[in-house]
Amino acid sequence: MATKVIYDKSKGLDEKPFHYCPGCGHGIVHKLIAEVLVELGVLDKTISVSPVGCSVLAYDYFNCDGVQAAHGRAPAVAIGLKKACPDKIVFSYQGDGDLASIGTAETVHAAHRGDNTTIIFINNAIYGMTGGQMAPTTLIGQKTSTSPFGRSKKNCGLPIKVVEMLAQVPSSHYLERTSVHDFANIRKTKAAIKKAFQTQIDGKGFSMVEILSPCPVGWGIAPIKAMDFVKEQMMPYYPLGVYKDNGELTKLSGGEK
Amino acid sequence: MAKVLMKGNEALSEAAIKAGCTAFFGYPITPQNEIPEYLSERMEQEGLVFVQAESEVAAINMVYGASAAGARVMTSSSSPGIALKQEGISYLAGARLPCFICSVTRAGPGLGGILPAQADYFQAVKGGGNGDYYTPVYAPNSVQEATDLVFRAFNVADEYRTPVQMIVDGMLGQMMEPVELNPPPRVKVDKELYATSGNSDKRKRNIVNSLNLSGLGLEQMNHERFRDYEKIKEKETLSEYDVPKDAEIVFCAYGVPSRIAKNAISLLKKEGISAGLIRPITLWPFPEKDFLKLPKTVKAVLVTELSMGQMIEDVRLALNGSIPAYHYGRVGGVVFEPDEIAEEAKRILKKGGKKK
Ligand SMILES: Cc1ncc(C[n+]2csc(CCOP(=O)(O)OP(=O)(O)O)c2C)c(N)n1
Ligand code: SF4
Ligand SMILES: [Mg+2]
Repeated sequence: MATKVIYDKSKGLDEKPFHYCPGCGHGIVHKLIAEVLVELGVLDKTISVSPVGCSVLAYDYFNCDGVQAAHGRAPAVAIGLKKACPDKIVFSYQGDGDLASIGTAETVHAAHRGDNTTIIFINNAIYGMTGGQMAPTTLIGQKTSTSPFGRSKKNCGLPIKVVEMLAQVPSSHYLERTSVHDFANIRKTKAAIKKAFQTQIDGKGFSMVEILSPCPVGWGIAPIKAMDFVKEQMMPYYPLGVYKDNGELTKLSGGEK
Repeated sequence: MAKVLMKGNEALSEAAIKAGCTAFFGYPITPQNEIPEYLSERMEQEGLVFVQAESEVAAINMVYGASAAGARVMTSSSSPGIALKQEGISYLAGARLPCFICSVTRAGPGLGGILPAQADYFQAVKGGGNGDYYTPVYAPNSVQEATDLVFRAFNVADEYRTPVQMIVDGMLGQMMEPVELNPPPRVKVDKELYATSGNSDKRKRNIVNSLNLSGLGLEQMNHERFRDYEKIKEKETLSEYDVPKDAEIVFCAYGVPSRIAKNAISLLKKEGISAGLIRPITLWPFPEKDFLKLPKTVKAVLVTELSMGQMIEDVRLALNGSIPAYHYGRVGGVVFEPDEIAEEAKRILKKGGKKK
């Protein structure tokens, strides 16, 4: 009987099996990036920059050249690559500890220079790799291994809102926040990733997609519950949508709650 | 090219361009500011890359990225800025990426001062980043030598796939001397064998990485790197050895203080005292063998550095107890005079130097 392929692993991904925990958002986003790079016809000329975090091995998975960067420094490494090969596509893939804590300066200044690079930012409200410590994005009241009584505003401030912050940086070009907690949002995330890479292909400057992503193991809950946590706990504090489009602030970045 | 009068910092910047450096990433700090200032103009004129980064941390990571892509690339800074680059230098060494790092040193610790000093021998030679690694370290004593060593540094970096450092004391960076820029041929290396240049349609994909989660795999990576370090020691060690057969005392000094030592040697000669000089030009690899061929007449080695005593540790290791070594230093930006160190040499000889 002749078989017909109706679904296949993207050519943008290597054969290596993912090492991520069941129910983790990293694998979903990897797949989306790989599909987008193939669809845009740029896979062969792309260079990925992996962070320090659960996705440190991302270079093993994306079927293109890959560089591993020091913790938080991926945007600096990315612009070094881009300056050396301006006609290639360069993106960094970073977690919230990597991007919004130790690498805040590198992130803000990539946007500030208007670097023609793309950041795919995984906000899972925790440090996954090191065992579930508090991140700058951890929600108020959220219990982690270093906020055992729940994050308090008094000691730790309110969780940082990265796309909102970068929207205020004059040279940022395209900023969107999406989520991967259900199919409809996964599709929207793919469209956002595509738009971000298209921004770079068109030479327009700095693009970033912040993706709300489940970390069932770090949060200590079952995968289905983790999807609910993204929707019910994270999304109200981190509203989805486009914050900057074509270099212009959108209504959302104007301060909607 | 005919000789021209140039300031040290500017001459070595021009040498970098002539060496084929296509990208510079840096951050302002005195006394190295002339380097980024000069290059901001010249790189633009040449259609090359100049980026003033948000910090030294970012600058060295931009170097890491550009080098990963296969570019000839450099950064420069001064002591506190080099401290911030250590993480990046360790990653460059771990991922086997070439680059050129220039430190125009100043006095420390902490914010210290902007006057010349040599308190960063340990920083350059003994590392500061994590893990087992070395980087070749050049220490010129004239503007001409600085430019010659810039050419050499870029070649050595590419040939052995290693970051290479040069330490220039504040005096050399600031002084003007006649210089002729003579770039030697560029070493031939095929960077497409490892570079992440976004050409995975033409070859198998490349990965630049220092991570290896298998103990045995990482052990092997370390051994491979150290095999190259052995080659570097064998082939790339440089020094100036100027020791008369009847020398009673030998100075050991690097950078501009070696020129002060030469003046002290002339002063001593007038008084009938025979003295010599060992000048390490590479601080790593250290010219250990020079210390084993000293004549029997030598009673003491006097290490004159603008520090509280750093290079003297390597001198003592090289001498291995054969001859006593003494240190004389001024710090904080104070520079010793020739007669000051000549007097110190006489004091040591009066005490007898070598015990027999
Ligand atoms: C300089 C440095 N500091 C700390 C660490 C330890 N570390 C590894 S991953 C990580 C946090 C990663 O969290 P995040 O960026 O949120 O990624 P996730 O694992 O959640 O995807 C930390 C602190 C390190 N490797 N290097
Ligand atoms: S710890 Fe969290 S982020 Fe890391 S792989 Fe597991 S689920 Fe994913
Ligand atoms: Mg995280």
